Amino acid sequence: MSNETSATTTRRGQAPRGERIADWADGRLGIYSLAKSNMRKIFPDHWSFMLGEVALYSFIIIILTGVYLTLFFHPSMAEVTYHGSYVPMQGIRMTQAFESTLDISFDVRGGLLIRQIHHWAALVFLAAMMVHMMRVFFTGAFRKPREVNWLFGFLLLVLGMFTGFTGYSLPDDLLSGTGVRFIEGVILAMPLVGSYLQMFIFGGEFPGHDIIPRFFTVHVLLLPGIMLGLLVAHLILVFYHKHTQFPGAGKTNTNVVGMPLLPVYMAKAGGFFFLVFGVISVIAAVASINPVWAIGPYRPDQVSTGAQPDWYMGFAEGLVRVMPGWEWNFLGHTINFGVLIPILLFPLVLVAIAVYPFVESWVRGDKREHHILDRPRNVPTRTGFGVAWLIAYFVMLIGGGNDLWATHFHLSINSITWFVRIAFFVGPVLGFIATKRICLGLQRRDKDKVLHGRESGIIKRLPHGEFIEVHEPLDQEQLHFLTQHEQPEPLELGPEVDENGVRRKIKRSQKLRAKLSKSYYGEDNVIPKPTVEEYKEITSGHGHH
Amino acid sequence: MKKLSARRRHPLAALVVLLFALAVTGGLYAAFAPADKAQADDTAQSLAIKEGKKLYAVGCASCHGTGGQGTSDGPSLVGVGAAAVDFQVGTGRMPAQQPGAQVPRKKPIYNNAQREQLAAYVASLGAGPTIPEKSQYNSEGADIAKGGELFRTNCAQCHNFTGKGGALTDGKFAPTLEGVDPKHIYEAMETGPQNMPSFGDGSLSKQNKKDIIAYLGAVNGDESESPGGLDLGGLGPVSEGLFGYIFGLGALVAVAIWVAARTTKAKKS
Amino acid sequence: MSETGRHEDVPEENLPVEREAHEGAVTPADDPFADPGLPAHEHRKQDIDERAAKRSERTVALLFLVSMIATVAFIAAYVAIPIDKIVYIWPIGHISALNFALGLTLGAALFCIGAGAVHWARTLMSDVEVADDRHPIEASPEVKAKVLADFKVGAEESGFGRRKLIRNTMFGALALVPLSGVVLLRDLGPLPGTKLRTTNWKKGVRLVNQSTNLPLRPEDIAVGSLTFAKPEGLEEDQEDFNEKIAKDALMLVRIQPQNIKDKQELAWSHEGIVAYSKICTHVGCPISLYEQQTHHVLCPCHQSTFDLSDGGRVIFGPAGHALPQLHITVKDGFLEAASGFEEPVGPSFWERG
Repeated sequence: MSNETSATTTRRGQAPRGERIADWADGRLGIYSLAKSNMRKIFPDHWSFMLGEVALYSFIIIILTGVYLTLFFHPSMAEVTYHGSYVPMQGIRMTQAFESTLDISFDVRGGLLIRQIHHWAALVFLAAMMVHMMRVFFTGAFRKPREVNWLFGFLLLVLGMFTGFTGYSLPDDLLSGTGVRFIEGVILAMPLVGSYLQMFIFGGEFPGHDIIPRFFTVHVLLLPGIMLGLLVAHLILVFYHKHTQFPGAGKTNTNVVGMPLLPVYMAKAGGFFFLVFGVISVIAAVASINPVWAIGPYRPDQVSTGAQPDWYMGFAEGLVRVMPGWEWNFLGHTINFGVLIPILLFPLVLVAIAVYPFVESWVRGDKREHHILDRPRNVPTRTGFGVAWLIAYFVMLIGGGNDLWATHFHLSINSITWFVRIAFFVGPVLGFIATKRICLGLQRRDKDKVLHGRESGIIKRLPHGEFIEVHEPLDQEQLHFLTQHEQPEPLELGPEVDENGVRRKIKRSQKLRAKLSKSYYGEDNVIPKPTVEEYKEITSGHGHH
Repeated sequence: MKKLSARRRHPLAALVVLLFALAVTGGLYAAFAPADKAQADDTAQSLAIKEGKKLYAVGCASCHGTGGQGTSDGPSLVGVGAAAVDFQVGTGRMPAQQPGAQVPRKKPIYNNAQREQLAAYVASLGAGPTIPEKSQYNSEGADIAKGGELFRTNCAQCHNFTGKGGALTDGKFAPTLEGVDPKHIYEAMETGPQNMPSFGDGSLSKQNKKDIIAYLGAVNGDESESPGGLDLGGLGPVSEGLFGYIFGLGALVAVAIWVAARTTKAKKS
Repeated sequence: MSETGRHEDVPEENLPVEREAHEGAVTPADDPFADPGLPAHEHRKQDIDERAAKRSERTVALLFLVSMIATVAFIAAYVAIPIDKIVYIWPIGHISALNFALGLTLGAALFCIGAGAVHWARTLMSDVEVADDRHPIEASPEVKAKVLADFKVGAEESGFGRRKLIRNTMFGALALVPLSGVVLLRDLGPLPGTKLRTTNWKKGVRLVNQSTNLPLRPEDIAVGSLTFAKPEGLEEDQEDFNEKIAKDALMLVRIQPQNIKDKQELAWSHEGIVAYSKICTHVGCPISLYEQQTHHVLCPCHQSTFDLSDGGRVIFGPAGHALPQLHITVKDGFLEAASGFEEPVGPSFWERG
């Protein structure tokens, strides 16, 4: 149909072209019903809500650049002699995987940039997921109805770690090869099946000729495929649940306040993708990452000091580094606890935070939906647990880089290792106690502010000579903000004997639950928020002291 | 000039003049001091040994013993050769300032002539490696790629891929090789200073050493290329992770704050 | 407040006091803490001043324009700058001109699109905050009852519960069928056999210097030196060089015999020359950070520390057993193995014993 006729038909009262295309699609895909609930969907604005977007966009960047890299990368362990343009490698024997990585870096125009964007985006992806998860944790955004989405996010983080690790291994350079050798040691340490698994995974003795092609399939197909599925599910649930929001004037548990998807959020979120891509491109322009040409090709008899994995595996590396060398021999069998225990602790520590939402809802016995975020100070036990977890995590990150901390701060590597061994157990406890105290202090300050107003910094001299600081009363918005949170009562077990004097049977799990509940909401763990009566009594008096 | 005269009576003026005078004297001394007078003829050699012995008695004997036989504070110097002295004194490690896990590199205390005299004296105590000739450590006829492979086999385990250094046990460390004179690198391989093992010619041939030095010159000099950008210390994933968090995620959070912030409202008039 | 959950296991009085919803600006005079409702919308400058709006419009357009220019510059850089050109950029260093130019132009092109879109949204699109209702996710009791009834009908019709034979055989078939997939994985690799226990070292194999590729003589190895060796006949260009060197790599040091504490170590040495496996017994890194004064050797991966003057004993770190030593001797002036390794080299495994 030509433009002229369409123009005339429009004049005759038919719909414009865009609308007719939409009609066509609606008749087949039902897009109007879909758009009805989504086009003007409301999203609250807060910078911390965009951490997840950073992760999402870096994932897209990784896929785009990753596809480009596959056009040039040869995932093969066949040995060749290098004759490319990087002089300090000419004549060196290496695998095709390493050779093609050098080619991407030195002989494909822009290849180095794409490689660096890919790797930087991967580091940012994992970092953003981690910080996003912490935001969700500390604000209680994981509560009903979002527990499943929390698990999806957790799985994305774990899969992201392994996708990152396999990708880091692909160039077959000396650093990543050392990492693969570590994996071999871990597999061998598995009781009973270790040596069989090692032979099957590596296709024979280490390093063999199969591991890089196999990692390649896992890295570009298997893991990203699963992640893409989880990611879509994660996003659908975000849409379906509607986003949480921070407390404030006009924000309730039954509404969501913000800007509509079309146009504001679409422009902001769409624009943010370009911003993320732009920032990562600039970083790839100015900062080198994984310069494999300086590291050299992998050979099992070579190694460099400072052999570390990428940061997201640093936590596991730390666990392995600080583990004492325990090994058992019995009945002709060997169990290598020096490897086995850290490798079991690694998922356990991660799972500890993954199952937290279910623990908390059990302790609280709360089955309602929550859409208003908690201020971390108002849930001291949860905040304390989160800080304790982070301390354990970061102590192990220090352990993972113990050799670099040693050289850069002129310390003994052995002392750092001992510090980490102790701090892994002591640090979280101290962190938990300190955080809880700080939270309660902040609650007290909030209460003070509500009852006595804000310290204005103005000193006034009263007629009888006394100096006082003028406290300005808060407006209603602030009063509401500081008092809107719930303060549940702890669970009670009830009397031990019932009305007939018969001992009630109380399950151990019930006792534990009551105890935990007390540690969450008991007297010592919460500062009662000001009541209206208290407020009125103080404000009706005179002088805001 | 006006500025200068205005500050003439400043309380610190005398100090500045004093420092200036000291610097000039020191500079003149350094310029006129007998730098390369030690000739290779026999008389000069024996003279150097004599002078060296005097220097040794003052600066070294307290730890290494009066005849270089070693004490509980310092190893024997018999047979360590002139190369060891040239390395230890030339990099300022000796004389050591204080006991510790490891004696670090610092500004040399002895000048070239004194160092040569000390070297001559210590060499006279027992045969050992001599100071290498320039032709042994310059890059002429060296194979950089082979040097890289040798470096990764023999050196990188302590000194890192590109010679940035690394940690050893109990506070000891392998120092960075950045800015180290090729001659000193050669001497270090030959003599094995402190806890570094030595790599004599039976272990690394002369050509091997030359290759390694040429490789280091290519990847760890002032002019070394880092095509990808900032090398972040050449330390690998730890510094990359820190950079990714601080500048990557940090910049993105800054951007996110801008995106999510409320637009400034018009002032009520 | 959505009161959707059931809490049969929680006493009613333990539930927190319900928060009242304050939709709109209804403020009971007696509750100073009540939700005052959404604050009134305040205008931005752009909303009331057309000139400010125009300025924003120009800024947005300028950003999009800069992006276009940056893309053109990207293409120009791609064409014009040779790939091997190195430039010095302070303070970054000697870097690839092409990488730097491409990265900055691409970054600018992308960033400006994003900045333009966000600036547009922030200054020109409506910034009136809107409140949208949430609805409980749980279905109403009627819906739930209907679904359960439907399911019951379907289940009845299938006879799944009644015909147990069908049910059980189906479970059996479904449980068995994945086994084919497991069986198919068998050819991923060979069985371990003795592969992890054996190396290429055996009696009479000469020790060849890894760096010079020459057979080693005792006088090549001075006290305090460190030398790496491989078995004679193993060359870098062999197809299985990596698999072999992964087990065979050897580290040679010479310790004054009187300083060797372990009797067997002394017996297996030659005039103080001891040969140890270079492969760490923890997870297999090539351990070789040898401190010649302490005779300690440190692994750079996980800091296991072994004492080479005391039978390769572990003195720190996560390794579980000593480094294996190779018994060496001298024949015709050259160092050679007096026997193979007596124990498996490298990380331990279940069958190691």
